[in-house]
Amino acid sequence: MATTEETPTRKVQVKRFKPEEYPEKHYLNQEKGLWAWLTTVDHKKIGLMYLMSVAFFFLVGGVLALLLRTELLTPARNFMTADVYNQVFTLHGAIMIFFFLIPSVPAALGNFILPLQLGAKDVAFPRLNLASFYIYVIGALFTLTAIFTGGIDTGWTFYTPYSSTTGGSVAMMTLGIFILGFSSILTGLNFIVTIHKLRSPGITWNKLPLNLWGLYATSLIQILATPVLAITLLLLTMERVLGIGIFDPALGGDPVLYQHFFWFYSHPAVYIMIVPGFGIVSEIISTFSKKVIFGYWAIALSSLAIAFIGFLVWGHHMFTAGQSSLAAMVFSFLTFLVGIPTGIKIFNWLATMYKGSIDLKTPMIYMLIFLFLFTIGGFTGIMLGALSVDVHLHDTYYVVAHFHYVMMGGMVMAFLGGLHYWWPKMFGKMYNEFWAKISAGIIFIGFNMTFLPQFIMGSQGMPRRYYNYIDQFQAFHQFSTIGAYVMGVGFVIIAAYLLHSLLRGEKASSNPWGSRALEWQTSSPPDLHNFKHTPVIINGPYDYHKPMSEFQLGIATSHNGHGHHEEEGMDVAETEKEKA
Amino acid sequence: MNSLSDFMLPPAKSTLAGQTDALFNFINVTSLIFLVGITVAIIYFSWKYKRKSENDVTPVITHNNKLEITWSVIPLILVIIVFGWGYTGYMNKVTPPDDSYEIRVVGKSWLWEFHYPTGYVSVGELHVPEDRPVKLVMSSTDVIHSFYIPDFRVKKDVLPNRYTSLWFEATDPGESVVFCTEYCGNAHSNMMATTIVHTQEDFETWLETAGSADENLTPAELGEQLTTRNACTTCHSVDGSVLQGPSFQGLFGSEAPLESGETVSVDENYIRESILEPQAKIHEGFQPVMPSYAGTLDDNQINAIIEYIKTLD
Repeated sequence: MATTEETPTRKVQVKRFKPEEYPEKHYLNQEKGLWAWLTTVDHKKIGLMYLMSVAFFFLVGGVLALLLRTELLTPARNFMTADVYNQVFTLHGAIMIFFFLIPSVPAALGNFILPLQLGAKDVAFPRLNLASFYIYVIGALFTLTAIFTGGIDTGWTFYTPYSSTTGGSVAMMTLGIFILGFSSILTGLNFIVTIHKLRSPGITWNKLPLNLWGLYATSLIQILATPVLAITLLLLTMERVLGIGIFDPALGGDPVLYQHFFWFYSHPAVYIMIVPGFGIVSEIISTFSKKVIFGYWAIALSSLAIAFIGFLVWGHHMFTAGQSSLAAMVFSFLTFLVGIPTGIKIFNWLATMYKGSIDLKTPMIYMLIFLFLFTIGGFTGIMLGALSVDVHLHDTYYVVAHFHYVMMGGMVMAFLGGLHYWWPKMFGKMYNEFWAKISAGIIFIGFNMTFLPQFIMGSQGMPRRYYNYIDQFQAFHQFSTIGAYVMGVGFVIIAAYLLHSLLRGEKASSNPWGSRALEWQTSSPPDLHNFKHTPVIINGPYDYHKPMSEFQLGIATSHNGHGHHEEEGMDVAETEKEKA
Repeated sequence: MNSLSDFMLPPAKSTLAGQTDALFNFINVTSLIFLVGITVAIIYFSWKYKRKSENDVTPVITHNNKLEITWSVIPLILVIIVFGWGYTGYMNKVTPPDDSYEIRVVGKSWLWEFHYPTGYVSVGELHVPEDRPVKLVMSSTDVIHSFYIPDFRVKKDVLPNRYTSLWFEATDPGESVVFCTEYCGNAHSNMMATTIVHTQEDFETWLETAGSADENLTPAELGEQLTTRNACTTCHSVDGSVLQGPSFQGLFGSEAPLESGETVSVDENYIRESILEPQAKIHEGFQPVMPSYAGTLDDNQINAIIEYIKTLD
């Protein structure tokens, strides 16, 4: 945040570049054929390939969830055996977390949007980016192999010594997730370097879109925490395959050590899942309120604070696991601390809506749903952070409901909001606004029907991961299952109108929402190199009180494909003349 | 507030349950107030500030220090209250009184065994006196389990390599369910037990006569009771249906195929061996997961179970 007085300045001639409407040539048709897609280093295409992959895994995980809920319609066996049920809930968790939630926003939406928001032509290491995608694919192949060669019934947490002694393809599965981790690490690394080095002239740290602050914080967690998961899973595999005793007491190991290692990654991992969602929420609420974001620094720094404190709270998964009372106390306290920056964000977003010009388009509807559901997820997190109450609620459906309110009510709603928000930019097509709103409503109703009863039965003592249950919980389970079907209908509608939009959708203009953010100042869909000029930024991305013309400035680029980037704090006094 | 906890929570039947429930209610009510406030704000803003035209001009409000400090500090104070309250309750839950009555608990896939100071062992039924602190010293013989009595608001993981403990003081005679809450395999959801709270007098009587009531039964009748009491029927059906282990029906006298490829005729010695050393011969198509009953069942009881299995044609 150096001021211009302190930095040596250089005058640059900028002019206004109006984005080309309905371009003939864009990134989707400039290179053609399957080979061009598979070998592309274009971040947008890689983003779309990730998007297709995560959509596929969301479908698989979702179908598994519906199977689980169907089995739970009756207290005893309904249509699957206990063994199959255990495999299905393991896969639902593992697939949704490792193959959908973690890559959904950073790798799919992030890849597409990050360079556009920076005014860059690509990420810093485009080939590495493609490599990340293929590592993800290889990890996925290993996992699918594991599913078809014996399955896995350990739960997505792989707790020892159960996971070191049970049958099935545990080693293959953990290997898949081990490989997948590298995809996550490389993407994080790529994003950090890109944000540091490829910002367009004028994008100082206080003009960085909040989406990028979110991705930046996420990337930090990805590169710092994922290696711990990798080594943990490697140790687990060594124990299973080579019989080296690390976690299994029968071999002289300590099973609680595994839990410490696992949650040291997996707690920060829930922030890998939710923090980029916060970024999307900030973008969308500001755009559809047509108003400058309230508390820019509070939101940006709270993401970093969450990323940091998030590393220090893993022990709250183990309040009943036999750790010392002192450890429990410290972890409980830190858990409450991490709640504060999250609460601050909610208030900031509300304050942004205050006196705004609110347009309830589909992305904004998803943000309202997000605010409601995520608030419930947050408060129930406070409940679980309270030590004496957690002793009662730990490993019951209350935890399941809390997790789904945060992850599905929070993260998935943010993802859906982001998908609808950036859809016109990705494909240059609009979707059917009517059906989009209908399905958002159906998903909202279905979601609450599914998970509200789970809070109640969890409080009453219904343990999680139960194939059979005692009769008193049946009404709650049945209500929950019906809710899941309702939600399923909502997602089918989304798939239908998005497919329709791809094939027959109305053409989208370059900036259908009237946003000031940089990704909207190029054509829809963008050119292969994003911008045909080097954008120059003089205002913050949420400065709705300034005219649109000030957000479309740039320097003409030579045709070698790579614009050079000026140091921060350059003098843009010239632009004042430009307006006149 | 009471009706809320009646709806949300199971009946409170231990001395410490009330403290947990009070915090549960406090967090629920406080959260509900905030949630209603936030929801009203969302709806009101969406309606009041609805976009009127594309040229709407919005005020520039970048931040407001007073407001931001307020909405940071008030939640901070609230969570510190919740933290302190929760920590106090937790310390009470992990600090058993010195004069507690001690019972050893052993978790095995998939049953709970209770060893009383007199040497008596019960499976699947935890008998405790009311109005007296009871401390459970727990361990597992295989994977991690977790011992949970919702009515008492207590839960603790049960580990294979160390002892963990929990304590409670039951306030009402009656029965409460025990769940296993750490996923432990196929019959995880059947790994239940019943806590039976007696008045102190009844408990003494029960403890003196426990085991002797069996003397009046025929061996087959005793065997039937033992298979239920020792949770055999969690995994072995008596009607031919296949659970985690082979069904008892028609088992005796049959030729059982083994995982090793051999076959074995099911006689008294095979059943006895399978009870004491379950991993010695594994029936084809089943996992080697049965825990050993050596030390849990005596010869007389094993005989009774064999007699019972013989009756199931």
